[in-house]
Amino acid sequence: MTNYSILLLGTILVPLVAALVMLGGGSLSKATTRSLATVGFSFPALASLILWINFQPTDSSGYDYLIVLPTGLERLGITLHLGLNGISVPLFFLAGIVGLAAGLYALQSEAERPQQYLMLILFMQSGLMGVFASVDIFFFYFFHELALIPTFICIGVWGERDRHSAAMEMTIYLTLGAMLSLLGLLAIYFQSDASAFNMIALKEAITTKPIEGGVQNVIFGLLLFGFGILVSLFPFHSWAPRGYAAAPTSIAMLHAGVLKKFGLYGFVQVALPLVPLGAVHWSNFLAWLALGSVVIIGLITIAQRDLKMMVGFSSVMHMGYCFLGVACVSILGAAGVILTMVAHGLTIALLFLLGHVVYRRTETFEMADMGGLVRQAPALAAIFSTAVLASIGLPGPGLLNFFGEFTVFTALWDFNEAFAFLAVLGVIISAVYGLRAVASIFFGPHSETFAKHLKENAVKDITVAEKIPTFILFAALVVIGLWPRSITDDMNRALEAEFKTIHAMLATLEIQPDEEGIEIARTAITQNR
Amino acid sequence: MNWESHKILAESNQWSAILPETALVFLALSLLLLDMFGGKPGRELIGRIAVVGQVILIFLSFTLLRNNLGIHNQETFSGMLFHSEFSQVMRIFFLLSSLLTSYLGSIFLKKNQISGTEFYTILLLITAGLMLLAQSNHFIMLFVALETVTIGFYVLVSYNRDKSNSLEAGLKYLIMGGLSTAILLMGIVLLFGLASNPELPGMSHNAMKFSDLDIFLRLNGDNVVAKTGVLLVLAGIAFKIGSVPFQIWIPDVYQGAPTPVTAALAVSSKAGGFAVLITLVSGPFKPMAELVVPVLSLTAIVTILFGNIAALTQRNVKRLIGLSGVSHTGYLLIGVVAIYSIPTAESAIVFYLITYLLASYAVLGVMAHLSVAGKDDLQELGDYQGMLKESPFLSGVLVLGLSSLAGIPPLAGFIGKLLIFYAAFQAELYALLGVAIAGIVISIYYYFGWIKEATFRFWKLPILGAEEPEAPKEWSEIGSLTRVTLGVLALLTLALGLYPGPLSSLIGG
Repeated sequence: MTNYSILLLGTILVPLVAALVMLGGGSLSKATTRSLATVGFSFPALASLILWINFQPTDSSGYDYLIVLPTGLERLGITLHLGLNGISVPLFFLAGIVGLAAGLYALQSEAERPQQYLMLILFMQSGLMGVFASVDIFFFYFFHELALIPTFICIGVWGERDRHSAAMEMTIYLTLGAMLSLLGLLAIYFQSDASAFNMIALKEAITTKPIEGGVQNVIFGLLLFGFGILVSLFPFHSWAPRGYAAAPTSIAMLHAGVLKKFGLYGFVQVALPLVPLGAVHWSNFLAWLALGSVVIIGLITIAQRDLKMMVGFSSVMHMGYCFLGVACVSILGAAGVILTMVAHGLTIALLFLLGHVVYRRTETFEMADMGGLVRQAPALAAIFSTAVLASIGLPGPGLLNFFGEFTVFTALWDFNEAFAFLAVLGVIISAVYGLRAVASIFFGPHSETFAKHLKENAVKDITVAEKIPTFILFAALVVIGLWPRSITDDMNRALEAEFKTIHAMLATLEIQPDEEGIEIARTAITQNR
Repeated sequence: MNWESHKILAESNQWSAILPETALVFLALSLLLLDMFGGKPGRELIGRIAVVGQVILIFLSFTLLRNNLGIHNQETFSGMLFHSEFSQVMRIFFLLSSLLTSYLGSIFLKKNQISGTEFYTILLLITAGLMLLAQSNHFIMLFVALETVTIGFYVLVSYNRDKSNSLEAGLKYLIMGGLSTAILLMGIVLLFGLASNPELPGMSHNAMKFSDLDIFLRLNGDNVVAKTGVLLVLAGIAFKIGSVPFQIWIPDVYQGAPTPVTAALAVSSKAGGFAVLITLVSGPFKPMAELVVPVLSLTAIVTILFGNIAALTQRNVKRLIGLSGVSHTGYLLIGVVAIYSIPTAESAIVFYLITYLLASYAVLGVMAHLSVAGKDDLQELGDYQGMLKESPFLSGVLVLGLSSLAGIPPLAGFIGKLLIFYAAFQAELYALLGVAIAGIVISIYYYFGWIKEATFRFWKLPILGAEEPEAPKEWSEIGSLTRVTLGVLALLTLALGLYPGPLSSLIGG
């Protein structure tokens, strides 16, 4: 345990303590609340930056900053086991940055009872950092739920139209997803004879004794539907656009940007290395659903007339690329998933934020009731267009999105050329709805409604306070986009180690499936070690 | 029998082993005396004396358990009682539940201005019965203890005797309870008659004793009469725990009974049934796995589905609590089935029961505070509208309690369900796990709907013509005792979710 490990623990504890102070401290003054919240949001962001820069795994497990704390559940194999590896570092950083941006934006919101609102977002932030810092799978799930509960409450209390039914639908849907994933995760633990319920112990147990082929299929099936629901895989996506449309902006940023990545992260970090035969078994099915996400949801996105619904649907659509990467079951595919996740997390948070900045000026999300906003808000128009271009994945501002999608397409070409061809259609679809949105919001003449609104209200350009969270997100996007090796080197190392086992197991699949195959896999793996 | 054997028998009567039960009975009787001779000042003290007495007993039993004192793994009273670690934990459980019921009772009695002497007396006697039930090692003991409990509940359910609903509930409970007693007794008699038959291998002169019955059933597991007997006994217990098809009394009785009695029925009575069930399946019914496992599995599946689906449409909170309690019975039955292959599943059930106790009393405590005098049975979900504004404290307790019942992390209820899932996974009960998951997802609808009523209408938009429902006055008057009691329950629910270690080691997992 080093000082950095303490820092890692701090990223979870600092927002948690800030939230608990707000919970138990009675009604605090506005200044106290704000400074508490600022500390609670900035600390994880700064710490995640430091941990990212210093990341240097020496451990043979590929993890750095490991720290183990007792929980009293040791007999169930559960300890508070934290650490980062090459796969979780970029996502951990993403959680810190999006958390900071969403938090800063929440500080400016005019929500009633700001203390309770900020308290819940701080709880969420603590859970988000915990998800990607957990080595222990129980806590991986636990922190996800810790972040999920405030989401429901915030939507129900501070949300916009249809908030009650949207919050209810989201709660029931996501509980189903979470329960199925929990069953799948527990099944891995009990089938593997691992000594503890954490990723390191499970991976060790799998290398000596892989799980039987048929059982792997069942487990991956559970995880596919569980994680699929949590990540709004087509056709289990219906909660997402409605939920995001009803959610307060900061909550939509945090959920769509970071929390939703839980499922995909689970696929890359847990499901692929531990049950690869199951992944191969389901890969065609998964790829078809993912294509549905990209193409069908893409077309639905084009039909949206409401800015927030459009952004919500586009987030569902982009998750389709990630699922395609998972379906490839290859190093390249997994790397594409992580790159796309980071890129999409930053971009979608940016779009939700800017969408609300636009709403503050137009007081509507109906794109038909806007138009010509560029004359009142030229800077906003420039920033918004850049964010949309990034989301489409054009090289330039969206270099990272481009790299992510490009990696996925390359991996997909190896998997199935026809799928790759269909998936590329998504880029065109994104361009259609993205550019149309920019055109109808900012360019052309003012619509009648908007002209009337302009007469009654003074509309200003984007303010400095709104620019700060915007630029934080942009900076992260551009820096990683220009220098992707900063995350891909570590990622590659981690994935290569992971796929050594996976390839050995897969190699047996071609020779002979089932029990005998497992036997051969075992020898192959031992030789590899 | 000669003098020597009498002496041996007398020596097995170790009265110190049942000191807490004896003390409870004495306490109950002295309350009656105080009511008779104490005059008005004495009568006012009755509730307090009952509470203080129970606190002292809990403290004593807890100290005994912590320090491993007292009698362990030993039969007393000629094999009538068996003191295992499990039964010791359950004794404290029943005392705790009884204490919390007394607290709810004090609120209820004050609000409705009903005299409380008999309430506390009968409650203490029921508790003594439950504690003996958990330690019983003989069908006679089991039956007598169970009847003490059931007859006590007949009275308590109709305690609000001016209300027709309460009387109706009492009558329904009496009829259904009588029926279940008859079924249970029939089962016991069949087993006794069969096991005393000299023609059969393994016959016993003391066939009602669990260990003798165990040996007999090992040798005669295929006997149709034995199977019938086992099934009838299980049916009798199914009434107590409220599992399908013996759940039919639950909604009406829970609604009509005074809120504190509803709480005792939901927690104590159910836990009592499970204590018996665990004793039986890990003892005499162990050889009958081939019969009991499919029966209980099927019951668990139907119970989970029935409880959750029936609760969906309820607007009356007491019926809702009752039906959701049915689904909890189903989850617990999964643990009971798992005991056949994983004996440690027992500790998972106990942990679940403790989390259920904490969350149920938190929720029922809020309900007792919200209930209006004379309309105890008519509390609807709509009455909770705008609660967060009126009383943030009570709504906080309600949210924690309901979320724990729904099994949402990081609360104790989640750990309870997780432990049951662990046991079910190890016992490879995959179908049951699937049904449990479906049940939990359905339950989110009504638990979350309740939370929604209480919290989401925080800033209700004024709808044209709609009147704000008038908030009951009681909301604003929360005494310090309530704050401490409900606060501790809610905090424990949270603390056990975050750090379940101490409890799970205490119950010997």
